[in-house]
Amino acid sequence: MGYVAVKGGTMAIEASIKRLTYDRLKGEEIIEIQTILSTMRSLVDQVMSESSLYSPFLAALAIKQAEGSMEEAVFLMRAHRSTLPRLYYSQTVQSESMLVERRISASFKDIPGGQLLGSTNDYTHRLLDFNLANESLTENKEWLQDYRESLQNNMEASDSVTYFPKVVDYLRKESLFEEYEADNTPPDDITKESLQFPASRSARLQVLTRGQTGAVTALGYASLRGYGQVHPTVGEVRVGDLPIYVEHPNEVEQDDEDQFYIGDIKVTEVESFVPITKKNEHNEEELEFEIGYGVCYGQNETKTIAMSILDQCLEHPEWEYPTHDEEFVLLHIDSVESTGFISHLKLPHYVTFQSKLDSIRQIKKEAKKDED
Amino acid sequence: MKTNTHFAFLDEGSKKEIRRTMLKAVAIPGYQVPFASREMPIARGWGTGGLQITLSIIGKQDVLKVIDQGADESVNAVSIKKLVQETTGVEVTDQTQEASVIQSRHRIPEVALTKEQILVLQVPEPEPLRNVEASEYVTKRLHSEDEYSGAWLMLFEQIMKYNKTATDADHPVYVNDRYVMAPSPIPKFDNPKMHQSESLILLGAGREKKIYAIPPYTDVKSLAFDDYPFTVESFEGNHCHLCGATDVFMDELIDSTSGKTVYQCNDTSYCVARLNEKEKLEVESNHA
Repeated sequence: MGYVAVKGGTMAIEASIKRLTYDRLKGEEIIEIQTILSTMRSLVDQVMSESSLYSPFLAALAIKQAEGSMEEAVFLMRAHRSTLPRLYYSQTVQSESMLVERRISASFKDIPGGQLLGSTNDYTHRLLDFNLANESLTENKEWLQDYRESLQNNMEASDSVTYFPKVVDYLRKESLFEEYEADNTPPDDITKESLQFPASRSARLQVLTRGQTGAVTALGYASLRGYGQVHPTVGEVRVGDLPIYVEHPNEVEQDDEDQFYIGDIKVTEVESFVPITKKNEHNEEELEFEIGYGVCYGQNETKTIAMSILDQCLEHPEWEYPTHDEEFVLLHIDSVESTGFISHLKLPHYVTFQSKLDSIRQIKKEAKKDED
Repeated sequence: MKTNTHFAFLDEGSKKEIRRTMLKAVAIPGYQVPFASREMPIARGWGTGGLQITLSIIGKQDVLKVIDQGADESVNAVSIKKLVQETTGVEVTDQTQEASVIQSRHRIPEVALTKEQILVLQVPEPEPLRNVEASEYVTKRLHSEDEYSGAWLMLFEQIMKYNKTATDADHPVYVNDRYVMAPSPIPKFDNPKMHQSESLILLGAGREKKIYAIPPYTDVKSLAFDDYPFTVESFEGNHCHLCGATDVFMDELIDSTSGKTVYQCNDTSYCVARLNEKEKLEVESNHA
């Protein structure tokens, strides 16, 4: 019989994973994926947004498996995303084609098309509703029926779909905003090429939209509060479904009519108006508006507004604030990266620590020699 | 809706892309090649760079060894090994000589590697100049301009402050007289093993999205001054309390019964191999 290495690690891991399963099962309740999809809309939206993978079903599954942990759920989704081959790029979406559920402007009371409050927590009073502790399905059904009836009575039937014009278009007509030519350069894909600096705007927007909700919000807030130069007015927040199309993969002759509709995605889109002082040709300072843009999967309004602030910040790297430094912002807001590196500190560092110890001991020895 | 995981987890397109990155890295020794690092089923910062390299080069005939800070049985080494084995079915081993691919966190095995083997090192921070310059845009330029004053000044300042260089693991190296490179946090003790190494050494930083390499038989010099030469960790006067080895990197342990400090080989498989060798010799001499 020879010596064999101790198999401690393998056994410890197995026991730990069993314990984790036990913790998930011990309450003896099962949450159905459908329940998560129907009752945790916001959580599903956040997970999809941070994972940059649009699939409510997979997000709900990830939430179930992660026992509700955001960072774990996003991690599961991102790892799954890595296994999926990317076969097509979708066609450019014009967000005017959104089927709007909610759309507000903080800049103008009377926007063309009107304000549409839609469903929002904004005006609920944040009081714990103890009735939810004993909710009844029958009562809910009755409520739903009443609601649908009243909707039908108040709404006129219409065969056409209403699209909402962009608030900014109205201002462009008054030449308060500069008209830019559409930039049709194919966007960088940060999941296929690593981020290079200076980063293109398309790369920046991709990193921002998949950023951790808390991190994007915190940096946007920092800029707004004092560590930045961007103080926007929200021109428009809209939430709704966007249709997605792909081209025929093999046809040489491409025609818009031949494109395939592959489904809808729900997004939140924000255009923030930011006043910027610029010098005109007579070297006089003039006030002009620029736009900060934010777009996120699902209904993620706070994150999308913060994204629009950061987008604008990064357009102006000349300001000496960390929120205007693209490396500072873009390299630190990814959930999988930040949680991964922070949590790696739990790994053993025996060798590196031994090396550090040796270095300090040698220095002490040297110092002692000098004293003697 | 159940899906089977692809061989070696990543789709073939991704693996091909990562292999191309590696070819570039081999062609420019010590240069950090950016790549579109994938999210893996283990956490960023837990060896995803090394893992992506391993998964992209591994074939069905390969034999894999994974070590974490010297130990085959360390929990994260076990976890990585399990993932590769579950998605590829390759054979795994603890024996350094038997492995064709060795993924390691922060150690180079004590047994000299051969040209039949590939060493994959996990890298937390691939930029040797990050301590002196936070911006990636700037460090990339410093490398291209061969401007390494920052790295030299760091060592110089340590000499001024402490009368000697005070680096620990991850002591920067010059590769092929051109690029200054972070050897990953291997102890200084392992730096010389990189010089003229027979085996290919691939280094992967998943979170920082960089791959770099030391091709076989490449010059690797640890940064040092003529009058303050490079020194490694010292275990002078100590030996492994199990196998008696002296010229190896050791862990410092406290003996729970005697309360005394004892030393033990950090490379666990090396230690076990030595113990077995010793036992065999004893048995043979008893027979004689």
